Amino acid sequence: MTSAAPAAAAMGLENVTCAFAARGGGDQGRYIAVRDTSLTISAGEFVSVVGPTGCGKSTLLNVAAGLLAPSSGRALVHGVPLSGINTRAGYMFQSDALMPWRNTLDNVTAGLEFHGTAKADAVPNAREWLKRVGLAGFEDRYPHQLSGGMRKRVALAQMLILDPEILLMDEPFSALDIQTRQLMENELLELWSADRKSVLFITHDLEEAISLSDRVIVLSAGPETHPIGEFAIDLARPRDVAEIRMQRRFTEIHEAIWQVLKSEVLKGYAQSKR
Amino acid sequence: MRKASGDARISGMMLAFCQALLLFVLFGAWYVLTETGVLAPFFFGRPLKVLQVIWVWFSSGKIYPHLAITLLETILAFAVGSLLGLGIGLWLALSPLASKLADPYIKAMNAMPRVILAPIFAVWFGLGVTSKVALGVTLVFFIVFFNVYQGVNEVSPVVLANARMLGASKRQLLRYIYLPSATSWVFSSLHTSVGMAFVGAVVGEYLGSAKGVGYLILQAEGVFDIDTVIAGIFVLTVFALLLDYIVTRIETRLLVWRPKTAETEAM
Repeated sequence: MTSAAPAAAAMGLENVTCAFAARGGGDQGRYIAVRDTSLTISAGEFVSVVGPTGCGKSTLLNVAAGLLAPSSGRALVHGVPLSGINTRAGYMFQSDALMPWRNTLDNVTAGLEFHGTAKADAVPNAREWLKRVGLAGFEDRYPHQLSGGMRKRVALAQMLILDPEILLMDEPFSALDIQTRQLMENELLELWSADRKSVLFITHDLEEAISLSDRVIVLSAGPETHPIGEFAIDLARPRDVAEIRMQRRFTEIHEAIWQVLKSEVLKGYAQSKR
Repeated sequence: MRKASGDARISGMMLAFCQALLLFVLFGAWYVLTETGVLAPFFFGRPLKVLQVIWVWFSSGKIYPHLAITLLETILAFAVGSLLGLGIGLWLALSPLASKLADPYIKAMNAMPRVILAPIFAVWFGLGVTSKVALGVTLVFFIVFFNVYQGVNEVSPVVLANARMLGASKRQLLRYIYLPSATSWVFSSLHTSVGMAFVGAVVGEYLGSAKGVGYLILQAEGVFDIDTVIAGIFVLTVFALLLDYIVTRIETRLLVWRPKTAETEAM
């Protein structure tokens, strides 16, 4: 399935374990969110990670981003151990991450400004990206004046303008309604196919994972989350996320992954009720 | 949440008219009560006399230097207090150790009734502008300080993480994330802090000075000229309303990015 040799991997996690101080502190000691997890993403590969809610998916992504140092194990970027922020990655957050005091255009130029580009030089580039995500004419709007879907587009432009090699996405479309969501998924696939970045996409939505990815990794329910299955998605590209769901092959893959995921979802549900 | 009651549907013109009428009625009542001697004019003043004093002040131009001094003190107290509050607020909010160290002292100083410092400032800085500014600064500082502190602590962790992922250095985080967030809190407390600067200036003048509207009131009180005292109070009130109006204009300009509860755009 994953035939990629370690050298070709754009991004990798090696035996990552993340332990947090238990909420109550004291005797219970530590809460182990993720245990001994390894995964790799080849250059240009779109990998999704699915798992029940609260299983530590975001924790893994934060380790890959360098926002969180793992308790043990390490993250590798092109084979080099990561320390500090992963500068070759772009991160798209689940909740709103735009700066509310900056308008759309200024939010998109922010990354370039941080890297020392003069504002005036960044503006044409940012306009170009806003056009590409379908927001031409919205340059002067502030985040609160945009709809949820539009804010996600701004976040996408904000991330892609820096041309990161690796995209880390944390359930980026989970807050959107189903129609907007499918539109955004198609747009993401279109943008991605233009220059094939490596993507690590976190979601709890199995259909979303299958329709977007080359490979789907299934995580167990927390605590001590670890991968329990890996599936190559051999559906032809380019794909239309709304139509691909009707295909027989899609249903077969869905069925196969769901067999693995189902018991974990039930486990996670039982835990959340306790 | 607008209720469909009668007074909610009153038109703007009608409202302004009723407000003016209310003022007129209150003035009329005051006039009648003092003229008939029900209220002693010595203690309550005479409305016509009060208006006359105000008229003379403005027509002779006698009031302008005093107003200018009071305004200068207000602006200086506001500027210095805000800058200090912003600087120290940012510093303490971003350095947990310093914040823990300073915490009891900040609380103590905030709890202390600061008007009581006026005599000390008068001794330190004399009866001029500086002592009033110092008093105003102690009032403004804490408002701005607490707002900045809150502003920094309420920066969304996601916005912060996003900026870091976009490549912001520590310095850039301060400039592009913490500072805008903190200043937005400062702006939202603009009404209170400008008002406090004004209070500092006037109270300072009243407690000892040689110029300013507070000084005029102090002088008149010394000779039991209650009409002039009331005239001074009126002038200060109108002046404070004017300041508040200017602040509102500045605020709407600077906080365009702030979401309002329900916003539709004019076609």
